[in-house]
Amino acid sequence: MARPTPELNASSMADISFLMLIFWLTTTTMNSDKGLQRRLPPIPPEDQKTEDIKVKERNVIQVKINQNDRIIAGGQIIEIDQLKDIVADFIGNPTNSETKPEKEMKNIEGFGECEVSKGVVSLQNTRGTSYNSYLMVQNELAKAFNQLRDDFAKAKFGKDYASLDEDHQKIVRDAVPLSISEAEPKDITKKK
Amino acid sequence: MAKFARTGSKEAPKLNTSSLPDIVFMILFFFMVTTQLRDQEALVTVNLPKASEIAKLERKDLASYINIGTPVKSKQAEFGTDSRIQLNDSFKSVQDIRDFVAAERDALSEADRSFMTVVIKADQNVRMGIITDVKQELRRCSALKIMYSAK
Repeated sequence: MARPTPELNASSMADISFLMLIFWLTTTTMNSDKGLQRRLPPIPPEDQKTEDIKVKERNVIQVKINQNDRIIAGGQIIEIDQLKDIVADFIGNPTNSETKPEKEMKNIEGFGECEVSKGVVSLQNTRGTSYNSYLMVQNELAKAFNQLRDDFAKAKFGKDYASLDEDHQKIVRDAVPLSISEAEPKDITKKK
Repeated sequence: MAKFARTGSKEAPKLNTSSLPDIVFMILFFFMVTTQLRDQEALVTVNLPKASEIAKLERKDLASYINIGTPVKSKQAEFGTDSRIQLNDSFKSVQDIRDFVAAERDALSEADRSFMTVVIKADQNVRMGIITDVKQELRRCSALKIMYSAK
């Protein structure tokens, strides 16, 4: 005659596993890394003469941040919230103005001929600029380019950039390149 | 009339909690899979700047971190309150970034090396001077993919 097995008292099992759960919660992090991804330009080889690549003046908008975090864009002192519209208007050049960047026809793989703006944002900062305002400016510039990409995507594909598939996103990226050039660091404070 | 009369003892019935550990273990495993262990102790306080156009880092295993900020309270007596660079678990100077990048690159597999991303975690009050130095040094060791960490 088989005797029934005695029941195991498992009431403390929950306590033990709760303990482990809480240990895990405190020792781990769930932060996902988010931020602005950029590509640095490679350093030109030393033996190569640094040729100044001629960029027409109408193609460049200068954005400068000084040590007091004031911003100049295109020769005017502006506030941070004006920057996006100025840059988007400059790079996009919707009115084909003479003082704004030229456009050239480019053959984009999988799409065909398309007008690409030759505009470049030249970003300069001093050593005394705070990281916060630098990142805010980078953020506004990204916002301007994202807006241009959205406009392009809506006009050509009828969707905004984020909802396009990978191939179409690449086409949009080629048509509206993120052209931010960061000048070699200059010590503006020393110049008097 | 005694249809609903209680039979047996009047004690409240015992709740069956035998499945509680299973549930908690399930939560535990969920956390174990989705989180990662804190890999380094923070020696500098980093209050990340805010940004709206942020993108998620797709491959965390390819990232190496450079923390820049003021030393934490307990280290201030030794290292002062000036912004400093933290690589791995110690304070380093800009010149040490070369070795750091080389070591991080060696740890990756051959195929992944060109996708290595250097994540710059800098406090919002840090001056750009130190960040520019770091960026120049990164250019020199041709670690060109960077990310400005933001929240």
